[in-house]
Amino acid sequence: MNNAVSPKSQNAGLASGVHSLRGPHFDVPVNSASDGSQRTPASTSVAIRATGLKKAYRKGNVVVPVLKGVDFSCREGEFTAIVGQSGSGKSTLLHLLGTLDVPDAGEIFFRDCRIDNIHPAKRDALRNQQFGMIFQFYHLLPELSTLENVVLPQMIRNGVWGYWKQRRALRARAMELLETVGLSHRLRHRPKELSGGEMQRVAIARALMTNPRLLLADEPTGNLDHETGEQIMHLLTSLNKDHQLTIIMVTHDQLIAKRAHRTVQLVEGCVKTI
Amino acid sequence: MFKLLLCSRYLRSRYIALASIISVTLGVATMIVVNSVMSGFQEEMYKRLHGILSDIVVESHGSNGIEDVASLENNIRDILGDDLEGLTTTVHIPSMLTFQVRGQWITKQVNLIGIDDQTYASVSDFSQYLLHPQNRERLSFMLREGGYDKRLRDAGRQYRRMRVAAERYQEEQRKQMELQTTDAALNESLVQDESAEVQTANVPSETDHNVADQDHANELLAGEDFDLDLAMEGGLSLNDINVPDDPFAQLDDAPQHVFDPAKEEWTGIILGISISNIRHRTPEGEVADFFLCRPGDDVKVGFPTAGKKPEIAFADFTVVDFYESKMSEYDSGFAFVPIRRLQELRNMIDPATGEGAVSSIQLKLAEGANLELACQKLREHYPAELFPYRIQTWKEMQGPLLAAVQMETTILNILLFMIIAVAGFGILATFFMIVVEKTKDIGILKSLGASKKGVMSIFLGYGLSLGCVGSGVGMVLGLLFVVNINSIASLLESFTGREVFDPTIYYFQQIPTVIEPWTIGWIVLGAMLIAVMASVLPALRAARMHPVEALRYE
Repeated sequence: MNNAVSPKSQNAGLASGVHSLRGPHFDVPVNSASDGSQRTPASTSVAIRATGLKKAYRKGNVVVPVLKGVDFSCREGEFTAIVGQSGSGKSTLLHLLGTLDVPDAGEIFFRDCRIDNIHPAKRDALRNQQFGMIFQFYHLLPELSTLENVVLPQMIRNGVWGYWKQRRALRARAMELLETVGLSHRLRHRPKELSGGEMQRVAIARALMTNPRLLLADEPTGNLDHETGEQIMHLLTSLNKDHQLTIIMVTHDQLIAKRAHRTVQLVEGCVKTI
Repeated sequence: MFKLLLCSRYLRSRYIALASIISVTLGVATMIVVNSVMSGFQEEMYKRLHGILSDIVVESHGSNGIEDVASLENNIRDILGDDLEGLTTTVHIPSMLTFQVRGQWITKQVNLIGIDDQTYASVSDFSQYLLHPQNRERLSFMLREGGYDKRLRDAGRQYRRMRVAAERYQEEQRKQMELQTTDAALNESLVQDESAEVQTANVPSETDHNVADQDHANELLAGEDFDLDLAMEGGLSLNDINVPDDPFAQLDDAPQHVFDPAKEEWTGIILGISISNIRHRTPEGEVADFFLCRPGDDVKVGFPTAGKKPEIAFADFTVVDFYESKMSEYDSGFAFVPIRRLQELRNMIDPATGEGAVSSIQLKLAEGANLELACQKLREHYPAELFPYRIQTWKEMQGPLLAAVQMETTILNILLFMIIAVAGFGILATFFMIVVEKTKDIGILKSLGASKKGVMSIFLGYGLSLGCVGSGVGMVLGLLFVVNINSIASLLESFTGREVFDPTIYYFQQIPTVIEPWTIGWIVLGAMLIAVMASVLPALRAARMHPVEALRYE
């Protein structure tokens, strides 16, 4: 399933960046100040590209067009923010990019491979292995502990036997990731015993579990207070800066968007680059 | 892997689903109990049916029966070879059995069967059901001294002597009373005022007897009219069976041989126990038997003779034992006598050869021999078109009864399985609710890359594990119930005061049960299948859920 997407134009040096998350030297500067200015990404190769995306929701005879031909691209290692008003279609765009939904028209390429029309099984594998997703409402499974939530993508990836063989390594990696996000003391807690910020950090750790190439974040700070939101943003920017993780973030908050390299504004289903 | 983890988590956190599985548990437990009891009854019945019936019966249509017995026997031995273990001949004839109880004649309709006491035991378990322990070991038509079943303490030769003595004494009493009462009646009819005098004159003569005798006399007095009528009507037959109702006759016919019931017996007859038995319940609630006649008593049997024009013949027999198979059909309808005696009485013996005709040949097959195949072989040699024989296996002879029991079991199983199926719909509804409740989680799993198959198998696995838990617990409960069924029955009795299992009806002292591993396996498997099938629709719904919509679900 790994070859669902063949990374033809892969920059080997950059790709290994995410892998180095394993290292114990990895440290998140949670409280370090950020300048908030637009920075330039380190690479010029395109990570994900979409052309002419159209999407409409239908309810009976009423058709509500959400995206009316969006062109979008994001380079490797770039931190892109998608901003727009409520209902402008930014979440829909993110879902399309993350293959959670299928566009009515248009094409999406991930590292020059078309992904909007591939087989559902390949799409599932792609989501599992190449993409990490975080959401406004964290979306952790309430029945599982923090650690189990983080290991979950690897459980989905491996069968029973496969998981059992490497369970120690995988659990160790999950613990490292939780340590990275500063939650090593919360391994056995259930999501409802955590605060919002903690839950979002668990969600980030979960998104990083399978060493994704691309992190899709849907309003990651939308449900958090300013300070906690800051912490999450620090985490994301440092992941981007230190490990060249490509991040596409949807937000309605212009201040948060400023932390990204580039902001794409959606207005009524069309892109308006700032 | 996530499927297993989530399955176990859902199992532990969603108790509503466990509640829905209780119906499966109860269904499985009930099915196991019912099947065990039914097959217990069925096995008991098979054992009893087969106990009296041999494996294969070659029956003759005609009243004269099979005449060339020896050659037929030899042919059968040749056809079946090593499969044949035992062979015996019998004579069946519908007949009328009469016996006297306290002066009243009782008539019963029985199937008189002439059996060979040497070989009959080799084809059926007949002798196992006799009451006398020695007869059980070795079948005999001789009256035993005593020592029958504990219900039959007053039985045997000893009892016979006592009974005859008592009867004779009573007879004398009766004669005396008769004389006195006829005198009294005479006096009464003559002069009214003289009657008082005669009555007072009678009193001193009665004071000689003890109180018990007086009671007897009163009893006899009460039943006097009947006795006299009967004596007048059937005087001839009474003489035939030599009931010593006429002491003067004995005195008169001294040189002629007179049957003395105190010293002699007729040919033995073994009666089905229900023919003479009345089962009832004492005020204390104990089951008690009352016997109208018992070993040592004489009976009279009437049956048609063989020949061109059947005539009715009567013969006397002495009851030597009872037969108790606990199958009421047999126990209330069969009487066994020695075959040779019956052949003589029915004129079935060829005077030239001295060989007796029989109405059927009973075969017992060796262990492991194929019953149907052996029967088929015999039928091929003796087709019904050419020979007047009817060849049947014991199962065919009892076909309607066995089929009825089989049918009952099948219908009960279908009904009970319906209950589990209904439980399946309960699971279906519960699962739908759980899927709706878990919509968001399904969205999350899908966003993390879980496939449709994976999401589906969570819920299928959930259904399967619930089915396992439900039917597993049901199996344990059912088996525990079956093992302790009799103590549970008595517990219920003590609570409700009503007898759950009435031995006067069923003839079993305990509820018979048989645990069949295969049946239990099928029940458990079926219940699990239903649980899985009930989870298919919800699982499909979960798998088809759109991830974005699922994530948005509140």
